[in-house]
Amino acid sequence: MGEVELKLLGMWASPFAIRVRIVLNQKGLKYEYFEEDLKNKSELLHKYNPIHKKVPVLIDKDRSVCESLIILQYIDEISQTGPSVLPTDPYERAMTRFWAAYIDDKVFLAMGGILKATTEEEKTDKITEAMSVLELLEETFKKCSKGKYFFGGDTIGFLDVTLGSYLVLLKAAEKVFEFKILDETKFPKLMEWTERFLSTDCVKEVMPKVERVEEFYTKIVKPRWAAASSQ
Amino acid sequence: MVPNSEVRLFGMWASPAVWRVEWALKMKGIEFEYIEEDVSDKSSSLLMYNPINKQVPVLVHNGKPIVESLVILEYIDETWNDKPILPVDSYERAKARFWATFVDVKCREAARKSFFGEGEERENGIENLEIQLKALDEELEGKKFFAGNSIGYTDLVVGWMAFWLGVAEEAGDFKAVNSSKFPFFTAWIENFLQDPLIKNNLPPRDKTVEFFRLFRQAGSCAKANVK
Repeated sequence: MGEVELKLLGMWASPFAIRVRIVLNQKGLKYEYFEEDLKNKSELLHKYNPIHKKVPVLIDKDRSVCESLIILQYIDEISQTGPSVLPTDPYERAMTRFWAAYIDDKVFLAMGGILKATTEEEKTDKITEAMSVLELLEETFKKCSKGKYFFGGDTIGFLDVTLGSYLVLLKAAEKVFEFKILDETKFPKLMEWTERFLSTDCVKEVMPKVERVEEFYTKIVKPRWAAASSQ
Repeated sequence: MVPNSEVRLFGMWASPAVWRVEWALKMKGIEFEYIEEDVSDKSSSLLMYNPINKQVPVLVHNGKPIVESLVILEYIDETWNDKPILPVDSYERAKARFWATFVDVKCREAARKSFFGEGEERENGIENLEIQLKALDEELEGKKFFAGNSIGYTDLVVGWMAFWLGVAEEAGDFKAVNSSKFPFFTAWIENFLQDPLIKNNLPPRDKTVEFFRLFRQAGSCAKANVK
């Protein structure tokens, strides 16, 4: 079998790009990584994702695959190495796809809601919303893991990387924007899982350091939003 | 045909997401029991099977519920795996899934703005829809259906734009689909609606237009109440 010629366009803080890199690592797939400056998008990005111009984009020889969850499924289907990212049973696959879409829909929104809240009352409301999402995910973790380490069982799977890719951003946001949702007493299983996930090699290699994200939030994101809301 | 009690579909007659599941079931020759839901007074079964989103469609297979139409389509294809609906090649599958999220997220949002919106919001919706239709038009150049000569997953998923977009245009009094700007897409609409599977499996058009008209009015009232 010939060399796999993969390229990945990504951005260091993007949970969508992070999750793809974790899975590529886990599968032992070699790829050339291109860091995108999203304020000055490259020709490659325009060429290989002309419709959305977003990262991540996986380029396999000369063909591109866009949208992180689609890329993850593609990698799972083409790779001969490493554990399966999706379960094999159709019903479990359906549950996994459902929860992945739920996570991307709710978690990102919940986090954004808290960060962009303009009053304390609004912030409290958004925090409550985020907590109810995590409550559901705590239950989902128990069901999916069946007593094992990850949503995917013995090894990191689709839901682990989907949710896990947000973790360092969440931790940094908690510090910079002064709130707490990652609560060990309310979500014990989920919090155990977060530490386990973050200490796994294929994740450590890719996940940005929390201090770097804190700096990003402090120096770039917070002032940008403060300027926008004062207009 | 005797309904198979092992497969049940909870739906609503006007919902495109429900119809795409019905089309898939019929393409595969799967017998199923259909249960019409009154979405203004949801049944306890629906709420039990879909407690998170409380929406149709819900497919219940041997007592186990699957929700979200795109998830259901993949489940159907993987469980009854003869006559595949999704392409077999991994890259083509990725493309099919890409178009699914494109029409269900981007096009749906643009259509919503065009239908419910007013003034600038509406104009913005129509403008976006035209950009999206161009992309779909380019994808369809030289092809009868998205994957070739017969209907497949992408056609089923984009299918709402063949019927319900026209209904929304009529009920919402706007126009985006244009045969001279989007000739391949317009030809695809014809081919899709004439296919025997689809032709005999659509809600009645007049009734659907009327439903959407009322739906639009309710949407305007809701907006007025919020202010």
